[in-house]
Amino acid sequence: MNHQHQQLITLIQDGLPLVPRPYLAIAEQLGTTETEVISSIQSLLHSGLMKRLGIVVRHRQLGYRANAMVVWDIPDHQVTQLGQQFKQFDFVTLCYRRKRHLPQWPYNLFCMIHSQEQDTVLQKLQTMIEVCQLQQIPHQVLFSKRCFKQCGARY
Amino acid sequence: MDSLDSLDRLIINHLQGGFPICERPYLEVAKYLHISEAVLIERLAQLLDKGLLSRFGLLYHAERLGGALTLAAMSVPETEFDQVTAIVNAFPEVAHNYARDHELNMWFVLATEQPERVPEVIQEIEAQTGLTVYNMPKQTEYYVGLRLEV
Repeated sequence: MNHQHQQLITLIQDGLPLVPRPYLAIAEQLGTTETEVISSIQSLLHSGLMKRLGIVVRHRQLGYRANAMVVWDIPDHQVTQLGQQFKQFDFVTLCYRRKRHLPQWPYNLFCMIHSQEQDTVLQKLQTMIEVCQLQQIPHQVLFSKRCFKQCGARY
Repeated sequence: MDSLDSLDRLIINHLQGGFPICERPYLEVAKYLHISEAVLIERLAQLLDKGLLSRFGLLYHAERLGGALTLAAMSVPETEFDQVTAIVNAFPEVAHNYARDHELNMWFVLATEQPERVPEVIQEIEAQTGLTVYNMPKQTEYYVGLRLEV
């Protein structure tokens, strides 16, 4: 990533200007052209350094009060296959394999389920267990009780 | 919740899928939603002001930019919970922090510009709180589709 890209990221990480030509406004701040800003953003997206342009919602403020982290203790040889299978459920918003901490923490597959109510989360979880035949797999549901901070990573 | 009307919902659902990169991006979205550019800009400003959106802009991969992200958990005694929360949240590297109902009852995400800063922050939190921090870095990402219909 070059210096210009870095400047661009620093400038727009807090949001795009809310003006009809936001990329022109950014260009004026950087002393470059609108075309140049547009092509830099496109190249950052194509290279995969940037995920996308768009919005991130504060899910709790939007009524998604039940945010559950569901953790599974899956045998190592099955974890990739199940991780892939979890994608089919549209209520699963994130799915990662993470490091175990034995003996305190045996769980290696983490997924997030967001919903308006705890009951709905549990119903969705039941669907996952039935569809993927996870009856024998130990799991736990960790509902969030309070959110203290949600500010996103900054650079 | 009650303050969201159907237009707010439409805008939120649409923009979670992306934002155009062209000279008049708001106009393009506005046309698609059959509203005016000015109304779209005004609604976005209101949604941001009300704190319903945490971000509007470029979303990036921290790791690909040379930084690091990890999830960490602690088992915090109830009586010390507020005090430990204050210590943990004071670190600018702490991006999210949630209380969860488990013996490991505090879960936070660390995002650092330099990968070597992750173990340093963990050590500093352990030193200041006297508690063990369990570091659970991601080994494989199977899915990220955080997109919620409202």
